[in-house]
Amino acid sequence: MLIESGSPVAADTRVEISLTINGEARTLQVAPWTTLLDLLRERLDLTGTKKGCDHGQCGACTVLVNGTRLNSCLALAVMKDGAEITTVEGLARMGGGNGLHPLQEAFVEHDAFQCGYCTPGQLCSAAGMLAEGHARTRDEIREAMSGNICRCGAYTNIVDAIEDVMQSGAQG
Amino acid sequence: MASSPETYFGTARSRVDGPAKVTGQAKYAGEFEAPDLAHGYVVSSAIARGAISRIDTAEAEAVPGVIKVFTHENRPRTAWLDYNYQDAVAPPGSPFRALYDEKIQFSGQPVALVVAEDFETARYAASLVKLAYAAEEPETDVTRVRDLSYTPPMKRAGIKPPPEPWGDADAAFDGAPVKVRHAYRHAIEYHNPMEPHASTVVWEGDGRLTVYDKIQGVSNSQGYLTGVFGLKKDEVRVLNPYLGGGFGSGLRPQYQLFLAVMAARELERSVRVTLTRDQMFSFTHRPDVLQTVSLGAGPDGTLQALRHDAVSGTSRYEDYQEVVVNWSAILYRCENVALTYKLAHLDLPTPGDMRAPGAVTGVFALEIAMDELAYATGQDPIALRLKNYSERDQTEGKPFGSKALRACYEQGAERFGWSQRSPEPRSMRDGKELVGWGMATGVWESLMQKSSAQATLTADGKLVVGNSTGDIGTGTYTILTQIAADALGLRMEDVTTKLGDTALAEAPVAGGSWTAASSGTAVMKACRTIANQLFTMARRMDHSPLANVDFDRVVFRDGRIAVADDPSRSVSLAEAMRAGGVDKLEATESAGPDSSHQKEFSAYTHSAIFAEVKIDEELGQVRVTRVVSAVAAGRVINPKTARSQILGGVVMGIGGALEEEGMLDHRLGRVMNHNLGEYHVPVHADIHDIDVIFVDEVDKANPMGVKGLGEIGIVGTMAAVANAVFHATGKRIRELPITVDKIIG
Repeated sequence: MLIESGSPVAADTRVEISLTINGEARTLQVAPWTTLLDLLRERLDLTGTKKGCDHGQCGACTVLVNGTRLNSCLALAVMKDGAEITTVEGLARMGGGNGLHPLQEAFVEHDAFQCGYCTPGQLCSAAGMLAEGHARTRDEIREAMSGNICRCGAYTNIVDAIEDVMQSGAQG
Repeated sequence: MASSPETYFGTARSRVDGPAKVTGQAKYAGEFEAPDLAHGYVVSSAIARGAISRIDTAEAEAVPGVIKVFTHENRPRTAWLDYNYQDAVAPPGSPFRALYDEKIQFSGQPVALVVAEDFETARYAASLVKLAYAAEEPETDVTRVRDLSYTPPMKRAGIKPPPEPWGDADAAFDGAPVKVRHAYRHAIEYHNPMEPHASTVVWEGDGRLTVYDKIQGVSNSQGYLTGVFGLKKDEVRVLNPYLGGGFGSGLRPQYQLFLAVMAARELERSVRVTLTRDQMFSFTHRPDVLQTVSLGAGPDGTLQALRHDAVSGTSRYEDYQEVVVNWSAILYRCENVALTYKLAHLDLPTPGDMRAPGAVTGVFALEIAMDELAYATGQDPIALRLKNYSERDQTEGKPFGSKALRACYEQGAERFGWSQRSPEPRSMRDGKELVGWGMATGVWESLMQKSSAQATLTADGKLVVGNSTGDIGTGTYTILTQIAADALGLRMEDVTTKLGDTALAEAPVAGGSWTAASSGTAVMKACRTIANQLFTMARRMDHSPLANVDFDRVVFRDGRIAVADDPSRSVSLAEAMRAGGVDKLEATESAGPDSSHQKEFSAYTHSAIFAEVKIDEELGQVRVTRVVSAVAAGRVINPKTARSQILGGVVMGIGGALEEEGMLDHRLGRVMNHNLGEYHVPVHADIHDIDVIFVDEVDKANPMGVKGLGEIGIVGTMAAVANAVFHATGKRIRELPITVDKIIG
């Protein structure tokens, strides 16, 4: 699928890149200064990934790039040519089922969010953290999740949800 | 109608909007699409006070893709009178008008809006707008203008000024055997919801606008836009189905709304304006308030004199007011009381309500002072509070409608293990860490606002309810669904709640912890009206099982209307509608506070907060390892979402105690740490165990007996932590946040 950038930037300054986003292969023409976050939100209507600060300080824009969690506001889209991107919209698919990813289910069950704006980033970050396999205890989960701010203060419930999924052995 | 069985009321339910929020389907104001959408980017003032002497937009306008640059020199005309700019919760004064003229009133003030075909082009071109200023020296330090403080000449609606003094507080203080008098202060705080403020304005082609605005109540934005732009109500529909956090920052329409609508009307095109994180520090904050609390007591701790004096910063253009000092005389009984609250002008944007505005500030000071009095008189902090427990609201001369604060102290202390505390400071340790246990009281108003709601039942048994208020993350979608399902005996799955749309029945902004009581009662009333219609139709059926039965003898349960004491006699809702020849029933009702109850009683929620800190004295690092918050707030509709409200309040309170600090460079009048890397809010690693107790309380202020929970969780938490720090270290820190330098220094 070829998407024309809406940018008025002269066509010859745009760069063609290929990304697999939530399982779908896409060829995109992007300006070299477009961040992965703005590409997702402004061009591809994947607004599940949130912009909270645009400075890599809040974690709301966390996505998985080749399975590794990343602040998408700090990555230029052109740097990720060839990468496989998973956003919150694709998490369920990654979980293998048709319903929700185990983390998504656990977040609902444990009331691990209020306003919901940091939630996609928390979920992607948690999925990446589980795959990393370093965090074993609640303190380690807290440390490893500290790049994802929740201003509503749902932290204890988020840790409950992640711990629940970790203990059930479901993988991110 | 006999009391409908409460299948859902009082039971823990997962949020009905949960699936939308965990899958990224929930859309926020800056995420709605429109054909041919243009993007606006705000240019912010570099000075705090003075005037723009020159603005040059030529270079910005020359960038391909830039559509227009709006400044005060070319802005379209808007309303002239202040009155037209005053939104529903505005304090008295002259509201800020973006791009109105060359005058600069605060650092970060919007001075231009660059509109371009895409976001990046607008952002780039904004960097090319050239400004020259005639700068004046700003004043942003409240300590330097304390002597110029004044009593606000016009009161802000809904904010009670301090009561007249009673007794003689000064003489009683002078003569008191035990005296505690200290100054207290917390830093300026910024709301910082995770979602930046944004407005997407959809140009509908005939002058009509559909606006998605980040606001805690869309009716407020609609009213503002009709006032400012002379639009009729039916020409502007405002929606905001989800709010990415507000905490008060979304009570008033903010300047991105004005700018986006101005540009859309001028360009006859859809426009979106989203603020950057640093611009989120440019329109509202919890003010810096200078407080002195004076407690005079007998040797046994009985209060003889109570003075609480506060001077709060406000802007030069509005007299922002909140209730800061009254809480002292609401919480404790005393015969000699003087309370004062004054304002001082600063070159800052007008402060705004931030989660439990005023109470966070005043109760933090009072509850540290009470801890100091406890130590000065050798009392247990809870015993001292019980000794001075107030059975009446002295500020109003009325009893409380309900006040289960004693039970909060008891149950909170029991859960926390308070009896194991050794009172001496520095007497408890865990390895190399000092351990401190502190407690405090919390209090917040229990409010109800006039609110309407609508309900529509269709023949397929599906019910839709709603109004224009917002679910700001508090769980309003869920509790209204529970209330509606119970009222008509339906399953929650058959009920849809719609909120945040001016096309729905009008309701106020979501704030003040009044939404559950206000919108909840209105939804219940609308559903009961439908219930009445259904019952009338069912009773008129041929051979109706409900013939000769009165409305107050039936119950709505499992999709049927049944006789309460003979459930075998029943009619399904579908049968009733079929018999009545209708395929749809609609009702709109409004509900407001019970004025006779209000006349007789004061209405407050209360809490007791217990905090444990562990402190590495060499590093000066404080961790809040355990908090118990015991809350008395009437009946709880949904223990799951209710608990989350308290958790969130406690977390923000821990932030206020240890981290949150807007740092101003007073020479420039500018916030230095306007980002989330340097303005610290709690992160995962800062938050440990938090235990929430809901204490049983019967209250009759509204039919459901609910009091509201959005704010009580934060009140007192800062003091409980500060008192725990004293217990751990012996250091009494009266200026928040308690940072490393204050522990080590």
